[in-house]
Amino acid sequence: MRRRVDLSGYLFILPALLVIAIFRLYPILQAIRMSLFNWGIAGPLTFIGLKNFARLFIDPKFYESIGNTFWYVLFVVPLTIIISLFFASLLNQKIKGRSAYRTLYFLPVVTSIVAISVVWKWIFNPDRGIFNAALNLFGLSGLKWLNDSRGVFEILLAPLNIQVAGFFTGPSIALLALIIMAIWHNLGYCIIISLAGLQNVPAQYYEAARIDGARGWKLFRHVTLPIISPTIFYLLVTQSIIAFNTFTPVYVMTQPPGGPLGTTSLVVYYLYEQSFRLWNLGYANAIAFVIFIIIFSLTQLQKRFLEQRVYYE
Amino acid sequence: MNKSARTAIHILLILGALWMLLPFFWMVSTSLKTQVEALQFPPNLFPETWKFLNYIQAFRQVDFSRYFLNTIIMTLGTTLLVFVTSTLAAYAFARLQFFGRDTLFTLFLAMMMIPMPVYLVPSYVILSRFGWIDTFFALIVPWSVNIFSVFLLRQHFKTIPQELFDAAKIDGLNHLQILKNIVLPLSKAVLITVGIFQIATNWNSFLWPLIVTHSDAMRTIQTGLAYFAQAESTNYPLLCAASTFTTMPLIVLYVFVQRQITESYARTGLKE
Repeated sequence: MRRRVDLSGYLFILPALLVIAIFRLYPILQAIRMSLFNWGIAGPLTFIGLKNFARLFIDPKFYESIGNTFWYVLFVVPLTIIISLFFASLLNQKIKGRSAYRTLYFLPVVTSIVAISVVWKWIFNPDRGIFNAALNLFGLSGLKWLNDSRGVFEILLAPLNIQVAGFFTGPSIALLALIIMAIWHNLGYCIIISLAGLQNVPAQYYEAARIDGARGWKLFRHVTLPIISPTIFYLLVTQSIIAFNTFTPVYVMTQPPGGPLGTTSLVVYYLYEQSFRLWNLGYANAIAFVIFIIIFSLTQLQKRFLEQRVYYE
Repeated sequence: MNKSARTAIHILLILGALWMLLPFFWMVSTSLKTQVEALQFPPNLFPETWKFLNYIQAFRQVDFSRYFLNTIIMTLGTTLLVFVTSTLAAYAFARLQFFGRDTLFTLFLAMMMIPMPVYLVPSYVILSRFGWIDTFFALIVPWSVNIFSVFLLRQHFKTIPQELFDAAKIDGLNHLQILKNIVLPLSKAVLITVGIFQIATNWNSFLWPLIVTHSDAMRTIQTGLAYFAQAESTNYPLLCAASTFTTMPLIVLYVFVQRQITESYARTGLKE
């Protein structure tokens, strides 16, 4: 039996499809094309093949921004997840005021990153900031924070007479300030997700493990952790993508943006600088291509893992 | 659990909450100080006199009323269009049979995975060819579809019992009437989640308006605040006042519709 051809399906998706075709699909294909051109804001477009990519491979500023982003993601993501698991475990106990705590912890998530950056820049102010005031209160000397380009490992290893250079100096103090702020900003989100994961752990499992004598850390390590590992993996991937896309704090907080000495130049900021400050649009698309490859790999990792999990269940 | 364990947990949670609230407290406290008092070191935790005038001054120093208006127009525009495009597409994907449906849906989902930095530059080029740079078209039209909303609505539409559709067809309703009279009234909760998500992302969006608008008259709340932060980079009371009144609307909304906001964030992840 032949079905009647029903065109309404196409009509219904047409508006959405048009917008997606023009403002998502076409730009993505265009990005690949642009990366093969010497594409400025004015002047003729010249096809230069893979020269933008060749330039990328020898651009020290690009490597620097990738290095900065690497440290940024490596610090922000695991720390946020560990701290969120800690607070989520506390909130998973039968105590009063759980929803009030959750509300408070989630507050930074709904606050705009621009306003947050403005306020934290003030908090980190080297001469007048409350962060240094608090350090002084404990008898510690303040730091120059957003003005300090020294690497964290460089400072920590100096007393041991170990010298490190370049990438191995680690995130600068300025980048560390951005890291602290990012952890604060995303913690509430991770707590909510971790808490949902923890609530999936069946109570019988705990009871059984307790009878076997497991307590505290052992209980967490052998009962909780295996069951919430999908949640942790989900957070690892999504938080890495978010951290990788960080732009606004660099733009608002650092002076000059990406400074001091380029130590807070994250790769998305570098993309912005190349495209909308220097108008090297072709070259910028080569950078975008690398960003795409990295994030695509992360999402594939997540997809594969989630499929496995579905199969397992 | 014994009492001392409970107390310990509360102490840890309160310390954590204080840490989470400190920046907000400092923002509001600084926003009420005079510039002289703000620069005192070590600082006073609370302002000596509460200078509410800072708020009025910050609001007038740059054209914040314009920025608010622009943001409201952008939010209303994208939200209305998203409702139309997403419900139609979700209905088709959930309920209609047509060739290539699942391929198209996969294409939609794939587009959702692509992060904004990847298509930022070509989008700018396309918008400037349309002559849309620095207009509301550039702020609204590229965001008039929200793929995640399509996904969310499709999942919900699939749960509506087939009998309702069969009955509607016997009554002679066409698809548009079924969508309007039967499906949408049953989808209020999801539609609210979509709407709140739209408000939150529009209110906080920064990178896109930064790139597709240039003039002061087209600034949104976030680009306006960033501009103000550059113009008044050392006047911390005014900066904190502006940060307070630009974040307050969303925080108030959050307090009222907490569950939906948490849910829409939990389902979609953060967006900058």
